[in-house]
This record gives sequence, C-alpha cells and structure tokens, in this order.
Amino acid sequence: MADRKLRIMVAKPGLDGHDRGARVLARCFRDAGFEVIYTGCHQTPEQIAASAVQEDVDVVGLSCLSGAHRYLFPRVVELLKEADADDITVIGGGVIPDHDFQMLYDAGIKAVFTPGSTLDSIVQWINDNIKIQ
Amino acid sequence: MYFDKDVLTQSGELRKKWEDEVKKTVAKSLDQKERWSTVSDLEINRIYGPEDIKDMDFARDIGYPGQFPYLRGNQVTGYRGRYWTFRMFSGMGSAKDTNQRWHMLLKQGQTGLSTAFDFPTLMGYDTGDPKARGECGKCGVAIDTLEDFMQLVEGIPLDKITTSMTINPPASVLWAMYCAAAEIQGVPLTKIGGTIQNDMLKEFIAQKTFMCPPEPSVKIVSDTVEFGAKFVPRWNTISISGYHIREAGSTAVQELAFTLRDGIEYVEDVIRRKGLEVDAFAPRLSFFFNSHIDFFEEICKMRAARRIWAKVMRDRFKAKDERSWWMRFHTQTAGCSLTAQQPYNNVIRTAVEALAAVLGGTQSLHTNSLDEVWCLPTEHAAEIALRTQHIIAEETGVANTIDPLAGSYFVESLTNKMEEQAWEYIEKIDEMGGMVKAIEKGFPQMEIADAAYKYQRQLEANEKIMVGVNKYVTGEEQKIPFLDIEDRVEKEQMARLEAVRRKRDSKAVKRSLDDLKNACKKGDNVMPYCIEAVKNLASLQEVCDVYREVYGEYSDPAMY
Repeated sequence: MADRKLRIMVAKPGLDGHDRGARVLARCFRDAGFEVIYTGCHQTPEQIAASAVQEDVDVVGLSCLSGAHRYLFPRVVELLKEADADDITVIGGGVIPDHDFQMLYDAGIKAVFTPGSTLDSIVQWINDNIKIQ
Repeated sequence: MYFDKDVLTQSGELRKKWEDEVKKTVAKSLDQKERWSTVSDLEINRIYGPEDIKDMDFARDIGYPGQFPYLRGNQVTGYRGRYWTFRMFSGMGSAKDTNQRWHMLLKQGQTGLSTAFDFPTLMGYDTGDPKARGECGKCGVAIDTLEDFMQLVEGIPLDKITTSMTINPPASVLWAMYCAAAEIQGVPLTKIGGTIQNDMLKEFIAQKTFMCPPEPSVKIVSDTVEFGAKFVPRWNTISISGYHIREAGSTAVQELAFTLRDGIEYVEDVIRRKGLEVDAFAPRLSFFFNSHIDFFEEICKMRAARRIWAKVMRDRFKAKDERSWWMRFHTQTAGCSLTAQQPYNNVIRTAVEALAAVLGGTQSLHTNSLDEVWCLPTEHAAEIALRTQHIIAEETGVANTIDPLAGSYFVESLTNKMEEQAWEYIEKIDEMGGMVKAIEKGFPQMEIADAAYKYQRQLEANEKIMVGVNKYVTGEEQKIPFLDIEDRVEKEQMARLEAVRRKRDSKAVKRSLDDLKNACKKGDNVMPYCIEAVKNLASLQEVCDVYREVYGEYSDPAMY
C-alpha cells in the first residue's frame, strides 16, 4: 500500500459547459480522500493531456454532455500515449449512449459512467482498479 | 390584516384540536419520514391555515391581475385573451435540418420559435476551429455566417412569427444576423419580434458559455439593450435566466434570487452606462425560469418573482410605466429532473412541471421531450412534448380562471417565504457591491455547488427520491429511439463555410471588422458595426475574435 493519496484529474473537454456532474464528482473524490485537480470547462484534449502529465495524476476522469465524446475522449488517450503517459488511466462519463461504449473502450477508455451511476460506485471502481505506483 | 379576529380565534381553537389528534396518531404510528421538504429542501408544514397568512394585506400583497404587485399576473384577461406561447426549443445539425424541424413544429401547432445552437456557435467559434472539433450540430444548429442564418429562417415570415434565440456571448452577432435577414426579407426592424437570451451574468454563475470577462460582457449586453430601445422596439433584448442556475443545481430560492439580482445589475448598468431612462428599456426585459418537479414550490416561485420585480422596478428604480413593473417570463420544464432510466416516465414529469408553469402564470413555455436526457429530441418525442401543452391548454380547464391558487393558505404562505428568502440573498449581493463583484468572489457559484452536492448526497441516502433511479428500479432497459447527429454534418458545414469565404468580398469583410474593432475600443455601441460585418459575410468567429482581442478572454475559474 502506497503512502500517498491517489491523484485524479476531473476534466471537461470541448466546449460543453454542463459542469454540474464534474463539480459534484470533484467534491466527492475530495471527500473520498483523493487529491483532486479540476480543470474547469472548455479544455482542449491537448490541454488536458499536458496538465495530466504535469500534475502526474493516476486517473483522468473526462466529463462530456454535449455529444462530442466520440472525438474528444479517444483524442485524450491518444495524446497521453504520445507523451509516454499511457500509465494514466482514462475514464469518462456524461450523456453517452450505450452504442458508443464499445468504440470508447476500444479507444482505451477504461470505464464509462452514465446517468444513474452513483458517486459511491465511481469511487469504488477507482479504488478497485487503480493501483498507486 | 387578512382575516378578522373571529376567524383567527376560531381557527386557533380548531387547529389546536387538530394538532392534539395528530400527536395522538403519530404516537401510535410514526410518519413515513421525520422531515418533509421540497426538492430544494425547503421544509414544509403538515398543514397551513389562516394564521400562516394573517399578516398579509389583500390590496398590498395580492390584488387582481394587472394590478400592482402583479402577484396574479400582468394580463387582465389571463389565458382567456391568449394562451401562453407554445415555444419549443429546437435546433440540430445544419441550418437546413433545423429549418425542416421548425416547419414541422409550426404545422403541428407551435406558435413561436426558439433556437438551440451548437456549442461552437454558443461560444463564438466557427465550425472549423480546432477548439470546436467534434461538436458541430450536436447540441443545436451550427451557424457560421449569414448564409446559414438565411437558410435557418427560410420560409419563416419574420414579421409574423417571434423567434427566441438562446445565445449569449455572441448574442449581438446572431441578433445582427436576424436583423440582416429581416432586411433581406423586406421586413423593417420595427416589425420584427423575438428574444435573445443575452444574459451573460448567469453564464459566469451557471451555464459556462463565456467569452470575455464579466465587465465588457455586460457592456455588450447594454449595447444591445440600447439598440433595441432605439430601433427594434418589439425585441426582448435580454432574457434574464434562472433556468441554467437551477439546472446547475441551485435551489428554487437561489434561482429566484440570483436571477432577479442579475436583472437589477443589467438595469443599473444600462442607466449608468447609456444614460437611458428606466422606462425607455425596462418593458423589453424578459425572464426565463425553470419549472422543476416540486409542484407548489415552482408555482410559488413564479408568483413571488412577479411581486419582487414589481417592487424592484417601482421602488428601487422609480419606474413609472406599468410595463416596466411587469415580469414577463418564459418557462422550460426541468431537464435535470428527467431520468435516463425508464425514459417514458419523463412524459409524466414534464406534464406536471408544465402544469406548474401554467398555474404560475408563464407567458411562454417549452416542454422537454422524453428523450432529452440522452440526445436531442426525435420528431415524435418533440411532438408528444408539444401536445402536452395543448392538452393542458385545451382540456384540463386550468386556463379557465386566472391564478386559481391565490388565497390558498399554503400557496400564499410559501410564496411569502420564498420572497423573503430571495430578498435576503438580494440584499447580501447588494452588500457585496453587486452581482459582478459577487461573481468575482465566487459567491453564487459556490452557493449552487453546495446545493447541488447536498442534493446528490440526499439522493444517494434515499432522502430524496427519483423514480427509476433510487426507488422502483427495474434494472431493465427501456429502449427508445435516438436522434444521432452524424459526424458528416461537421464536414459538410466546414465545406459550406469555405465556400462562403471564397466567394465573399474579403476587403469589405476586413473593413467592417476593423470598424467594429475601432468601435469596441472607443466604447461605441457595437450593434450597427455587427450588422454591417455579418452582411458582408464575416463569420461568427471573425466577429467574436474582435471582441476577444479588444476585451480579453475569460476562462473558467474551476471552482467546486
């Protein structure tokens, strides 16, 4: 067991301003004992990947409610790979129809959370799946 | 005093008797839960009686429609004169796709148009910009130049139909396109009617589509108000919006208070900056509220809103024109009350919320479609939502009489309570030096974040219930048809924009953008320059880039 806290970045890619979920999650992660970096809205995938590397996070949680996840989520994974940072786990959530899940998994998104996912279940998934190195 | 002494004495005795009975019953069998509260967590009593509204004064606080303080409505004839406007918010894909949907909705009995733009348009970017990638047409219609706009309004008589445009940082640009389109259709500016949302303060507070910092953003808003007051008299130049504040997770009282305080800020700014008399522009200020699922809380919020605004305009701003005292508002049912699970239940939620809006006296209404948790509405889902309004108007009988809930002990008492709590917020923000200052301190943002987090925790602790989410969960999926905006829309739109760029007179574009820049630097009204630029086929982003260059860019302070 590592003695440091898990570091998670909650990020809002694209132009979407629906940040209620992202901000509630950021607070929830903080209460769960994680170190939280919240990017705020309107981040490009490039900005997100760069800050994820710079902040040396374990997880990036992407939130998108605009329908642009098919482009934005895979792009973040791609950029992390290019930066040799594919040890950072990328998960995502928002308004994402079932039929897009597979393409997101194929693109390297490790988990997708949609409306109805409880805060506790998301924290649980992170605790179960992310090993602090 | 609202009741004479005998009634209160009698009520006091009977109430005491009833309370004793309650105590006995509860001692034997507990209530289902200890605390009963609204969706905003406002505690509600088991019963209300004359003593709860005994301090009201009928003439001062209630009265009749068309009479100060307009608690019961602005229009003396209520819905008998005309129903609220059936105004469905709609826009998707390309201008052509949206124009088709508009014609369908008008054919189905919609009486006003309301435009949803995609994110690049909302944020002042053209489709091809790197920041805009992946978003084209997804959340609404993509508009880059006047050519797109002309296609959007094709076959729509702009002198007959009023159009609302949900657009904020680039509101001046889209409105300029509307004015230019009217000119091309041969309709004078004095004949066009509609609304631009153009409420920047709530963007910083809640909706997060911003471009320039608060101060210059408010300046551009005041430019549009001035231009409207002088040249486009039938246009509502701001729709001061609580909707997004509520969707971001605020309580009903916060929605009420922050929205009205935003309204105060705009009025102050126009008077100070433009030197206009309050009555020269205040009658064209409009409002926009959310109608959430807690039925009475919503009705009371809307009634309280009218009464507060009337007092603000008469007493704070000394407006003399009755129309300045009127709060006219549009309502949309609450997107955040809908559930992805068991989506057909959303039809019921929307119907209840729409009914609340009508009983609250809305002038205009959008009803959400059952699929809006997942995607933009399909044609069928939009039609059901529109018919929900038709049924309320034509079948339920609620339009027969005005403000039917007036005089209800509970409704009047809750209306008073919400008004009191809203005034507390308004005074607090006054003390902070106004809304721009409060926003800079993060005050409304954090109040909303607290409320949103609290609600989510209450939901997860089953203290609040959402059917299908934390109770009556089936685990089975109800499949509904999805409207999918294909990625090809983006490619096609980029090609369209390229074609416009090739054919336009680039010198004229540059000249008009330079003129706009000079106007911005000098502090002149931007509207005439915007109209000139869009007529020359300058793109939305080209105009907005001028704003960004002169006024600077605002980025999300990322508070949580």
